[in-house]
Amino acid sequence: MTQVAPGEHELRRVIDEDREVEGLGEQELLDFYRSMTLLRTYDERSLVYHRQGRIGTYAMFWNHEAMQAGSAHALADGDWIFPSYRESAIGLLRGIRASTILHWWRGHPAGWWNPADHNVASICVPIGTHVPHAAGLAWGKKLKGEKTVAIVYFGDGATSEGSFHEGANLAAVMQAPLILFCNNNQWAISTPLSAQTHAEALVDKAAGYGIPGVRVDGGDVLAVFEATREAVERARAGGGPTFVEAVSYRAAPHGTADDPRAYIDVERVEQEKRNECLGRYERYLRKLGVLGDELDAAIKAEALEVMRAGIAEAEAEPDPEVGLLFEHAYANPPASFAAELAELRRILGGGVG
Amino acid sequence: MSELFMVEAVNDALHVELARDDSVMVLGEDVGRAGGVFRATAGLRDRFGADRCVDTPLAEAGILGGAVGLCMAGWRPVCEMQYDAFSYPCLDQLITHVGRYHWRTGGKMEFPLVVRMPYGGGVRAPELHDDSPETYYVHTPGVKVAIPSTPADAKGLLAAAIRDPDPVVVLEPKLIYRNERAEVPEGEFVVQLGKARLAREGSDATLVAYGAMVPLCERAADELEGEASVEVLDVRTLKPLDEEALLASAAKTGRVVIVQEAPRTAGFGAELAAILAEKAILDLHGPVLRVTGFDVPYPYWKIEDAYMPSVDRVVDAVRKLLAF
Repeated sequence: MTQVAPGEHELRRVIDEDREVEGLGEQELLDFYRSMTLLRTYDERSLVYHRQGRIGTYAMFWNHEAMQAGSAHALADGDWIFPSYRESAIGLLRGIRASTILHWWRGHPAGWWNPADHNVASICVPIGTHVPHAAGLAWGKKLKGEKTVAIVYFGDGATSEGSFHEGANLAAVMQAPLILFCNNNQWAISTPLSAQTHAEALVDKAAGYGIPGVRVDGGDVLAVFEATREAVERARAGGGPTFVEAVSYRAAPHGTADDPRAYIDVERVEQEKRNECLGRYERYLRKLGVLGDELDAAIKAEALEVMRAGIAEAEAEPDPEVGLLFEHAYANPPASFAAELAELRRILGGGVG
Repeated sequence: MSELFMVEAVNDALHVELARDDSVMVLGEDVGRAGGVFRATAGLRDRFGADRCVDTPLAEAGILGGAVGLCMAGWRPVCEMQYDAFSYPCLDQLITHVGRYHWRTGGKMEFPLVVRMPYGGGVRAPELHDDSPETYYVHTPGVKVAIPSTPADAKGLLAAAIRDPDPVVVLEPKLIYRNERAEVPEGEFVVQLGKARLAREGSDATLVAYGAMVPLCERAADELEGEASVEVLDVRTLKPLDEEALLASAAKTGRVVIVQEAPRTAGFGAELAAILAEKAILDLHGPVLRVTGFDVPYPYWKIEDAYMPSVDRVVDAVRKLLAF
């Protein structure tokens, strides 16, 4: 048994405290900004594409970019990322093509990817059920003597799920090198945090698993990076999992089909929007003298170009062929599939119809 | 050949497969120190170490969900669910991820995991130690399901499941875990998935069954000797199903009775009956009959014998069909 201090309640901050994070040079600071800008651009363009009918239902992550980019940059390339749908585009930071993720939201099987290509697991749709996968991966790598760390992203609502508990507990018992990254945006669709838990803070759950817990300002990319880096270093050194609670506020709807005006504190949303994470970081970088108008414009243009090329590539992809229905359900498919496909082709006349 | 009980054959398969392939590992509740509550995993921890025969926390979704991640890390996990009905918490993982992940990667990543569990009734056990949950598993796309009825098949099907690139659920009929020793090939032994076994040849009627219902059907066939020549077809792999063997036997005898201990409605027997209706209608001399459990919770054991398909009920069904 390890003695673990109760999770910290105080939010760790960097930007508002006007301090600097050790080991970060100008290049790294700008890399974070590029990543956040790319994610922000992906998100804002996706909302437009949805309205234009070019992608399907979409779950926004506006104002979550600091949590995603800050934590992802604390990982080594060989480390594994287990995203929920709120982190659907985090693979962009690992080199997954924008068109692939757009395909996923377009309901096109070209949105499939091999997790091993970029060490990014598939996007998890049901809440919290990927936590055991991340625990298993991290534990399995440890058993093989590798130094790989995994991070799993989930929201505040996920901490109510049994899968979260079973995964977190498994990781703790096996001392798996796992970062349990909770983006606490305080809303699970319309359910506020107060209806999700009676705990004073979600970070308190860490103590129950006998693992360290930290609480960080989720709108502060540098604080998120610093806290995650510390957890990653501990995990890699054999210190087991850490629960990171990144506190933010959901300033956008849950998804394109949601109208939060029925339940959310509209004034609070406006206040959050004024203090949104990308603008905060931009001001910090400008004050530091690292970012100027010209560079900022170039970074934003670059991100826009990624999206322009991404949607063009996605829309150029032909509709999937009907045979794809039967492919990949099994590595070694049952013989009956061939007859079913032949019958379907006969009736459909070759197209999906 | 050695003479083994079914549960010993399971244990033998695990020893052989863990020795053959060092990416195979066993995990579950009480599988290590205790060797499993039925001793199916006995000796593995001593021989292969605590990292390859792992006592996990008591968490079925965590075990199976963890196994998904273990596959991603290059392992071939064999998960034990302690009892049939205790496997229900793992259904979430099975349905939402295990059966879908290979597909979700466009066929790029394999999930060669096995879920094995003792199942079925007739063992005078407390509530929820007696269920036949095969239909839940069979109904899940992306998952294969095998059920042995002999010690040799218990070894061979489990070995096939461990070597298969897809997730396979192996349900082991605990009623016949230790009732009779039978010959089991030594060393590496594989029974191909998707092949039924003709347990007994006959010409007047076919009894189609799997698991503990196979020896029951053989006893029913014995009882009908002199009156009718009864064939017994052991399905062995529910998915992928050996349709050819089913249709061949139906064509041969023209009369089919399906026996399952699971509740009746939408049970696996209904699927078999539907296939016969679609593809064997002109071969049949009468309706396809089912002898099954009932659509009630598995009863407390003072009345479980009335719930379980019996030799009498099977014989009665065959006689009805012969008289049709």
